Amino acid sequence: MATTNEYRQMEESITMDARLERIESPDGGEHELLTVNMGPHHPATHGVLRLLVTLQGEVVIDLKPIIGYVHTGIEKTAEQKSYWKAIPVVERMDYLAYFFNAYAYCGSVESLLDLEVPKRAQYLRVIHMELNRIMSHLVWLGTSALDLGAMSMFWYCFRERERILDLFEQSTGQRMHTRYFQVGGVIEDIPLGYEEKLREFIAIMPTRVGQYRDMLYKNEIALQRLKGICVLSEEELLALGVTGPLLRAAGNPWDLRKADPYCSYDDFEFKIPVGTEGDNWDRMAVRMAEMEQSVRIIEQALDGLPEGPHITEDRKIALPPRHELGTSMEALIHHFKLVTEGFRVPPGEHYFPVESPRGELGCFVRADGSSKPARVHMRDPSFVNLQATAPMTRGSYIADLIATLAMLDPVLGGIDR
Amino acid sequence: MPDATGLELLAGELRDADGEAVLDTVHAHGKGQIVVAPSKIVWVLEQLKAKGFRSLMSVHGVDYYPEEPRLGVHYELLDMRAVDRVTVKLRVPSDAPTVPSVTPHWPTANHQEREVYDMFGVIFEDHPDLRRILMPEDYEGFPQRRDFPVGGEPVLFTADEAEGTDYTIGVDADPNAGVE
Repeated sequence: MATTNEYRQMEESITMDARLERIESPDGGEHELLTVNMGPHHPATHGVLRLLVTLQGEVVIDLKPIIGYVHTGIEKTAEQKSYWKAIPVVERMDYLAYFFNAYAYCGSVESLLDLEVPKRAQYLRVIHMELNRIMSHLVWLGTSALDLGAMSMFWYCFRERERILDLFEQSTGQRMHTRYFQVGGVIEDIPLGYEEKLREFIAIMPTRVGQYRDMLYKNEIALQRLKGICVLSEEELLALGVTGPLLRAAGNPWDLRKADPYCSYDDFEFKIPVGTEGDNWDRMAVRMAEMEQSVRIIEQALDGLPEGPHITEDRKIALPPRHELGTSMEALIHHFKLVTEGFRVPPGEHYFPVESPRGELGCFVRADGSSKPARVHMRDPSFVNLQATAPMTRGSYIADLIATLAMLDPVLGGIDR
Repeated sequence: MPDATGLELLAGELRDADGEAVLDTVHAHGKGQIVVAPSKIVWVLEQLKAKGFRSLMSVHGVDYYPEEPRLGVHYELLDMRAVDRVTVKLRVPSDAPTVPSVTPHWPTANHQEREVYDMFGVIFEDHPDLRRILMPEDYEGFPQRRDFPVGGEPVLFTADEAEGTDYTIGVDADPNAGVE
């Protein structure tokens, strides 16, 4: 087993100082290799990501991501809490995809319980997850455009994001980290007036996506910064385990919502946008088109929203409604048991993957028969996709590294957990 | 997802090729799991790759404390063409937690094996760069193990130290400290 000293030696084996190394160049002159530390506090690294970049002039020769600066031990914390109390901590991993985190976790627990989720709850989940997907892509688009020097995009994107957060606030009570998804369904039905407001939003959103396109697609700077930059082939992406918009930009139409439908996604009609080149431009275009498809899904889910309960009627899992507590002794007992101990899950292990805005988000839960999970592990897409940074950017300019990192869309909360 | 029969067929093919590789099969909640011998993991994953499971989606560590062998590593394989998933599991004892690394064959396992090493102390042989990834490099212990205490890191406030009060309660403090 490696000791502390060995760690120290290993850490020191990476040269941290600016390193000068003379190398021969084909034109006969002399060149130098320079190792630069980018981050962890660098606005363009989208969080506390540190990159150790080896440069030859302005060209990236090698790159090493160093992570762990916002590791908060969420997986460990979740093991100390009963199943339903772990939802809020699990939600806080990838802070731009909180509904997806909660759904991956709840879905895994539901599978272990063999629990049927009511149709209405599934549709409400779809509505919120797709709104979340648009919201996440809007934050990505705004901040990425900012990295490319386009200030105005940020304001336009955050204008629409604000509307989505208002919708979340109306239906769940919170703008972020809503704790809306429960094991067995959702905590509350949507309130009066929500549908109207949501319809207003889905009516304007496609035109807004059109506006973003108008601003970027004929922009000389955006074209030059993104077209044909940092291409990585489909095979390499697959070997690196990259999923989501990055893989789809390379032409592989892998989308779990379509390939392996969960949560009633097979009820809806939507398309999977794919790219042809696999360059930064395609990565952007795919996400742009995904926003429109998400709007389509929300519209269909809202039109076809079935009547019925919004959470499972199994009182051993879900809290009884408030009015029952005053009249039914049994409801009171269930309420007491759930709030004090929580429900127990039969022993088992399950891995539940969903399509998050960044790729396959999988939640592994091991149950040991008690009321607390024995292990919660998130396969976070950002964590896996980050490994593609080095192969993507080797041999390109350092400015393209910034653009590629933006198009990679890593969320450090999800990477470090 | 392979059904129970498909899983047995898959495991049977592996058993025919190498009698010692497959230890057990589990089919639960619509998913198939194959338990393999730790030393055979690279071979098993290569066999499954040849059968179409070309994507390794996730590697995660599990601690089965207090059972022995205690530490587990799970590999989630995916066949994108047939939309099929299978989990390969192995268990290693905590006094000799070594597993051959699959990173040379599956580049995606690089960070994920480092995370399992970081959190559980499973040592992956032939891993190109086995260092801690999320915890600080000089950290001691493996925090995701079940017997690793929660709240074991004291928050140090100089004010407490000046007052002479014990600020390491809950770590290795005398349980009677502070009780008059």
